[in-house]
Amino acid sequence: MTDLADPPRTRSRSVHLRVPGAVDVRVLRRSLVTVVVVALATAALVVYQLTTGDFPLELERVWATLSGRGTLGEEFIVYDLRLPRILTAVLAGAAFGASGAVYQSVTRNPLGSPDIIGFTFGAAFGAIFAIVILDGSGWTVTVGALAGGLGVAVLVYALAYRGGGVQGYRLILVGIGVSAVLASLISYLILKANILDAQEAYVWLTGSLNNRGWDDVRIGVVGLALLAPVLVALGPGLRMTEMGDDAARALGVTVERHRIAALGFGAALCAVAVLCAGPVTFVALAAPQIARRLTGSPTVQVVPSLVVGALLLLASDTAAQKLVPTADLPVGIMTLGLGGAYLAWLIAREGRTRIG
Amino acid sequence: MTTLPDHPDHPDHPDHPDHPDHPGQSRPPRTHEDAVLVGDGLHLKYESVVVAEDLHVQVPRGSLTMIIGPNGCGKSTLLKALARMLKPDQGTVLLDGSDIHGESTKAVARRLGLLPQSPVAPDGIAVADLVSRGRYPYQKLLRQWSRDDELIVNEAMAATGVSEFAQRGVDELSGGERQRVWLAMVLAQQTGTLLLDEPTTYLDLAHQIDVLELCRSVRESRDMTIVVVMHELNLAVRYADHLIVMRGGRVQAVGAPEHVVTEELIERTFGLPCRIIPDPETGKPMIVPRLRSALRGAGVEAEVGAGLAGAS
Repeated sequence: MTDLADPPRTRSRSVHLRVPGAVDVRVLRRSLVTVVVVALATAALVVYQLTTGDFPLELERVWATLSGRGTLGEEFIVYDLRLPRILTAVLAGAAFGASGAVYQSVTRNPLGSPDIIGFTFGAAFGAIFAIVILDGSGWTVTVGALAGGLGVAVLVYALAYRGGGVQGYRLILVGIGVSAVLASLISYLILKANILDAQEAYVWLTGSLNNRGWDDVRIGVVGLALLAPVLVALGPGLRMTEMGDDAARALGVTVERHRIAALGFGAALCAVAVLCAGPVTFVALAAPQIARRLTGSPTVQVVPSLVVGALLLLASDTAAQKLVPTADLPVGIMTLGLGGAYLAWLIAREGRTRIG
Repeated sequence: MTTLPDHPDHPDHPDHPDHPDHPGQSRPPRTHEDAVLVGDGLHLKYESVVVAEDLHVQVPRGSLTMIIGPNGCGKSTLLKALARMLKPDQGTVLLDGSDIHGESTKAVARRLGLLPQSPVAPDGIAVADLVSRGRYPYQKLLRQWSRDDELIVNEAMAATGVSEFAQRGVDELSGGERQRVWLAMVLAQQTGTLLLDEPTTYLDLAHQIDVLELCRSVRESRDMTIVVVMHELNLAVRYADHLIVMRGGRVQAVGAPEHVVTEELIERTFGLPCRIIPDPETGKPMIVPRLRSALRGAGVEAEVGAGLAGAS
């Protein structure tokens, strides 16, 4: 119970980010603290990853290498082996987290994330199609993954569309159906492929951060820089739709336009993440929900989900490397294990709250 | 037939296009000079079922207007059309003389508010945060919140008596308290006109009265126009100063309750035989449904009486 004798101090839970005359944004204090703490934890993990591994490096040597005073060997370790992999993990995790937040907000359902709805597999299907059928590599695969992700987004939206709009539950059910079809198509493509293509495709499917290079980092940077601000800008309108479409419209939200924009840009960002790291499951699903619990916010938010996603994928990759150092375990296997357990817990919990 | 008021200052003259006796529905409608919200020649469909054809309604400025009618008469659909939630197949909705589909929805939201029938409070949201959402139409991407917004939100919470719950979760509150929080949210929107879709449904009588008293007091203190879709006839009669009575997608009567509410109108509109007696509190009409058994009993007695008379 709140103490009624104490005069209520409203807004005490929020802080203002201000640039006089230009910016005045109100955020929950706890959200801000969460973002800062998670970002610091991510930075600490980046440092840990840079300094440890088969060839441990002192922090001071890493710094020397980064400022151009390293030996050839140190430069190879930092610039070719560690940094691309770490940055790819951070960028792809952030992209997965942000796109997951947007999707869960649109569907108003914690299960409504791109990996459940089938977009992750849409992008993977596009990439594998490009590898196996078009015999492509490099940009062909990139375009294939983007086209696959967006194509599935359009398909799921069109199939779920009814009576002037789309309901979250329909989107999820249609998405699960489309995922099943995609899974069978992917199996077919792999069976048809020659052994080398099949191997490349298989690495694509699990999602791995092994052998990531600066190309992956560039895709992640450009994708996030272009798409994340759009998703952040859509946030306030999407939050209104959580009160029901009519209430949101009455407040001046163009509900259907917001929804299509969110799904389109969210799918694009998800495709970017898949391009960087492969169809890693679990991050888009769990990051928004973990962020929501950390911030104590009633709703899913883009920015906290983004930083939690970055930390989550980097932590999963760190764990995959350190727990089984000899196996070069793909991070996708790690997140799949975590994701399965999380999903079971989530569904069990959802079931209980729905009934109780 | 209902006789409509003959007040010179009243929007409901007998030759008003909304009048049921008025034959010239194709005639260009006359807009009352002080109607804030006008539905003009509306053809409304809800999920491809025709709800109303060529419907004309006007909401006088500064009134507390209530729309009543039996289930399925189209009153909620009409409200949705007036609030631009539903685009009419034909006809226009004019707010202060301009088409509400002609300007950006955010610009309309600064002048016209709506509280839908069952809005959803996001899980665990605090009262103050929900009320703050009423400021959405005024927010820009980088300028979301100002000192003014804060004052307006606090004032809206004070006006509806929810300040003391400001930091509590909406889901911890009772139904009546929750409804006042929603009202605070739409008041924070600071619109001149406010539409409420059955705001008293699911509330007990005392809380229904609370909500309606609140509507009346904010209407007066803020000089607003409020339109309410109502189920409870006697409460509508007591609180409305302008009634729109609908049946089957048509307007049956419009005007001040004391002028339009008659036994005949209620029987014709709701199929409810009733007596109208003056409300001992307000002197306004009070609808007292007749006892079905008494009606039947009266009929039987009459028949028996006639039979006896014939036998003797």
